[in-house]
Amino acid sequence: MAAATNQARIGRIGLYAFLVTTCLFFSIPLLVVISTSFKPLSEVRDFSVFQLPAQMTAAAWGKAWQSACTGTECAGLHIAFWNSVRIVIPSVIISVLVGSLNGYALSHWRVRGADTLMLALILGAFIPYQVIIFPLVKIFSTVGIFGSVACIIAVHVLFGLPVMTLLFRNFYVGIPNELVKAARVDGAGFWRIFLFIILPLSVNMLIVAAILQTTGIWNDYLFGLIFAGHNNTPMTVELMELATTSTGVVEYNVSTAAALLTALPPLLLYFFSGRYFVRGITAGAVKG
Amino acid sequence: MDDAVAREPRALTGTLAERSTPRRAASPRVREVAARLALVPTVLVMAVCFYGSIVWTVYISMTRSSMLPEYGFAGLFQYNRLFNSLSWQTTFDNMFIFGFLDVVGTLGVGILLAVVVDRHVRFESLFRTILLYPLALSFIVTGLAWQWILSPTIGIEHFVRGLGFPHFVFDWITQPETSIYTLVFAGVWHQSGFIMVVILAGLRGIDPEIWRATRVDGIPVWRAYVSVILPMLRPLIVTCIVLIVIAVVKSYDLVVAMTGGGPGFSSDLPAKFVIDYVFQRANIGEASAAAVIMLGSVIAIMGPYLHFEMVRKR
Repeated sequence: MAAATNQARIGRIGLYAFLVTTCLFFSIPLLVVISTSFKPLSEVRDFSVFQLPAQMTAAAWGKAWQSACTGTECAGLHIAFWNSVRIVIPSVIISVLVGSLNGYALSHWRVRGADTLMLALILGAFIPYQVIIFPLVKIFSTVGIFGSVACIIAVHVLFGLPVMTLLFRNFYVGIPNELVKAARVDGAGFWRIFLFIILPLSVNMLIVAAILQTTGIWNDYLFGLIFAGHNNTPMTVELMELATTSTGVVEYNVSTAAALLTALPPLLLYFFSGRYFVRGITAGAVKG
Repeated sequence: MDDAVAREPRALTGTLAERSTPRRAASPRVREVAARLALVPTVLVMAVCFYGSIVWTVYISMTRSSMLPEYGFAGLFQYNRLFNSLSWQTTFDNMFIFGFLDVVGTLGVGILLAVVVDRHVRFESLFRTILLYPLALSFIVTGLAWQWILSPTIGIEHFVRGLGFPHFVFDWITQPETSIYTLVFAGVWHQSGFIMVVILAGLRGIDPEIWRATRVDGIPVWRAYVSVILPMLRPLIVTCIVLIVIAVVKSYDLVVAMTGGGPGFSSDLPAKFVIDYVFQRANIGEASAAAVIMLGSVIAIMGPYLHFEMVRKR
């Protein structure tokens, strides 16, 4: 008996040892980047990212924000930060609202061809972007908005469409149709029911979807690179520019600070909204 | 939090499988023009931007287009050229090497973590928070961080040499033979937390009676997981594999940030190959052929999977 409990205790210890080691391994990349970002330039020559800073300074953060060179311009990432904000906010609002509207129409109303549309959306969620990117460039050039903020917003809404629609459709299937029917008896139409019954019932799902989209769009690189145009490049694109622009000594302290600045918004969102974040990624995993 | 998480993976597999839900059959919905009008923009966008674009790309892949689209049919000309080029052969092989190792690594680590956390550990939410945070980071930040860690000049190699091993070598990322493997580190690091969450939700949904039965039979816990519990989660694990594979096929940012596809094109992947050929080499025909191969790879995975899921749900 004693031997059995002993064995169990050793097992428990092994369990925790494994978990702690894994967590350490998982946090190393972040810790390493944080520590490097606080080093002064003198410690960046002939150093390893694993060495802790001897002197702490926030100078690299200031430079990454204000004056680091990205390509030929040397104004740091602050312009790109605001570009990203300008892109993310409308893209998220539009794609979430369109998704919930579609989900509602597909779950509570009889629409001919609904099954076909659902299948098209499911498959659409898995199509590699590379297959459609060049035709999209042509389409947006023809319309005349290629390389503008409107263009990059349209692209994000477009690629968010399948996942957002499916997310809300799955959620709304759980809302009893009787609610909608009762409202119709009272004389409410499609839009009124959506605005005054369905939307208020889906606050949680709206938050989940908004977090999912905010993270995804903030972290996007490919679409920003191709569709945003030179005056609206988002932060991820500028970060790559910054990290690959070198004039003599590579200032890793500035690059790491810039990477952290770029990562900060989604990280904060993750740490402060964990529950919603997890729901979003598991439900929206169709996005891959 | 737990039931919220536990519900979702089912919603996910649900989306993939069910098309028309029987739940509503009892209460037929009403028709209204407004509902159809509301869906018109979506239908148009799906038809033109998604499926129209696919048709266009597939057709262009069968022409001699280079800088500008040409519409004369040329059969498999581009595919021939593609598979005869050394850079595509490497890229195509890389997709399988990276894909296989990434699936094995991510799934292995993810399942192991899920099982460990499932053993009712204390501070579970703290562990989960740490294991899942990489998912909040972009592939650009992930790739850069791993590039710095693996770089011989500033990363592990330099550090270990400083500890008193002057001949220590760890330069996989700069060697053409090994650079593709370094992507696996970052891929596993980024995604295994997600797999853990999905599998954990499945484990939490296991009927306690089954656990009681294994205890009555005196089956050791690890044995119960391997032979009873995990096999019960097979559909969920298959879903995870599909999701990882799709992510592999789509991998673009990670390669750009970590290795740039190099040295040479030794760690290139199809997603990056296509973008490079369209926007830098202005070779639309060959790029389209490569994109169609990507699409084919996704269909080859999704087709059997969707079929399997629909059969299972009936």
